[in-house]
Amino acid sequence: MQIQDFFRYTFNGIRAQRLRSFLTALGIAVGIGAVVLLTSLGEGLHHFVLGEFTQFGTNLIAINPGKITTHGVSGALLSNVRPLTLEDSASLKQLPQILDVVSVVQGNGAIEAGTHQRRATIYGVDASAARVWKFGVAAGRFLPDDPPRSARSFVVLGSKVRKELFGNNQALGERIRIGGELFRVIGSMKSKGQMLGFDLDDAVYIPAAKAMALFNRESLMEIDLLHSAGSSSSAVAEKVKKALQARHGKEDFTITTQEKMLEILGGVLNTLTIAVGALGGISLLVGGVGILTIMSITVNERTGEIGLLRAMGVERNQILVLFLGEAVILAAIGGLAGLVIGVCGSWLFSLIVPALPAHISWVYVASAELLAAFVGLLAGVLPARRAAGLHPVEALRAE
Amino acid sequence: MINLQHIERVFQVGDEEVHALRDVSMTATGGEYIAIMGPSGSGKSSLLNILGLLDRPDSGSYELDGTRVSELDEKEQARIRRHKIGFVFQFFHLVPRLTAFVNIALPLMLSGMKQAERQERVTTALAAFGLANRAQHRPDQLSGGQRQRVAIARATIMQPTVILADEPTGNLDRNAGIEVVEILEELNRQEITLIIVTHDPELGKRARRQILMVDGRIEDDR
Ligand SMILES: Nc1ncnc2c1ncn2[C@@H]1O[C@H](COP(=O)(O)OP(=O)(O)O)[C@@H](O)[C@H]1O
Ligand SMILES: [Mg+2]
Repeated sequence: MQIQDFFRYTFNGIRAQRLRSFLTALGIAVGIGAVVLLTSLGEGLHHFVLGEFTQFGTNLIAINPGKITTHGVSGALLSNVRPLTLEDSASLKQLPQILDVVSVVQGNGAIEAGTHQRRATIYGVDASAARVWKFGVAAGRFLPDDPPRSARSFVVLGSKVRKELFGNNQALGERIRIGGELFRVIGSMKSKGQMLGFDLDDAVYIPAAKAMALFNRESLMEIDLLHSAGSSSSAVAEKVKKALQARHGKEDFTITTQEKMLEILGGVLNTLTIAVGALGGISLLVGGVGILTIMSITVNERTGEIGLLRAMGVERNQILVLFLGEAVILAAIGGLAGLVIGVCGSWLFSLIVPALPAHISWVYVASAELLAAFVGLLAGVLPARRAAGLHPVEALRAE
Repeated sequence: MINLQHIERVFQVGDEEVHALRDVSMTATGGEYIAIMGPSGSGKSSLLNILGLLDRPDSGSYELDGTRVSELDEKEQARIRRHKIGFVFQFFHLVPRLTAFVNIALPLMLSGMKQAERQERVTTALAAFGLANRAQHRPDQLSGGQRQRVAIARATIMQPTVILADEPTGNLDRNAGIEVVEILEELNRQEITLIIVTHDPELGKRARRQILMVDGRIEDDR
């Protein structure tokens, strides 16, 4: 049988029972629509979360004091741990492939400007922080590149703090008090938004050494490194580890690469997407049962036709293929309709909830269509086998 | 050339055995015209089904054109049905959702002939059976006689050597019945072996040879 004749014949069978075929295909369409919609939402979430993480760039390495082992965090409480210092920062900066280093100290404090006051997060950082965190300056400039130990008392305001303290007034050049100390405002930042609960806009940025003095501490909380785009995070991390180990005598710090973090996060999010897609797959199962039912009815109704085909010299296997084909085509049509439903649904969702745009993954879409055809195949097996197994004489008598 | 020897066919109905065919032996040469007659339940259809390779005998042998077809597997039997045998049924057995044209083309289509090649052959057949202006009609838009003519066109489209017709006029009025028989007889004149099952004695008499069956046996053959 020519392939186009095969399609003509099976399509004809499907078309002959328009309403019934439509409803059966609809069952599959709903299932596939659910799979596409849910995986699109999952992918959207994936992209959203990854976007949150990568807004600081992807070539980041963070170093924290204390070694995280399988026994939990150790070191921070132990006296023999050498804390991270500004000198550690400076030495790491000398390593090849390291483009920038940010020393980080963080705390909370009262910020006063004239009569206005606000509690905000205080970040002690280096001049490089704006570059490394991809943080844009709205007015003035970011902290100058002073020698770390003798940095001047300058402050850069996060957008929210600037607004709260100065409203529409000029902030540049003003003096504000942070923890009782006077700082001169030399810049304000563009809004960066929240990052996993940390509001980077409700914060002020001062030199790391000043923050250490303010919080009365000798060490840094974190050192962030930006490495060149061409080099692998893990290779750079290894070099950083060696260098710092040489300075400290042992590994009393923890290195986290952004790459590794994204990898783990991406894995978790992928699993989520697949799990959510599988949920939609359950409704596909219902569609599959629909096909099984309708194909069984079809085989019953067309028993005489099957007998005729056998009398005309059609082999058992061909009968099997004909009815399997009909089930698969029915499911594939439903699948296509489901793709349209799913894609339109995702698009609508993106319109309604722009903050969490659904992301249609064409790999999932293609897999969904294949899945539909496969469901049709599985559902078709039983009825098709029954059709092929009919005795021709019995089948002919059925009419 | 057909050669049946000692064919037995037994059906198990509950715990009773029904002997549909008992030690049936017969031969037929190419181009013969045979009527199989006998009362209802005498085994006429059972014999025709065996002849048409739709059913297998429980014992005995069947040779068709020198091949022991009773021993072939399902695939090979299907191939022989496809190329050598045409069936005509009492209830026409047309596919209701397909036009007369497609119904006739069905055997060609299923055996893999391209559409362009089918076109001419089916058109010729339609004209030959007086159906030229019925090509696009579906079975429910045709009269009984027209339906049976479509069925005969379909049965002959693969140019078989044997036509097996089981009560082909059983569902037709007298005139349509005679018309159909005349068509079959015309085919027989073109050297196609024609075997008709009927319980209509008048129809039977038209055949050059009549086989009378009673209770699964061949009672008379002349
Ligand atoms: N599939 C079957 N199962 C049981 N009995 C059958 C079957 N087919 C035919 N028979 C029996 O075999 C006998 C012959 O049937 P059949 O060949 O159809 O007779 P006819 O065509 O001459 O009327 C009848 O008694 C019938 O009941
Ligand atoms: Mg009969």
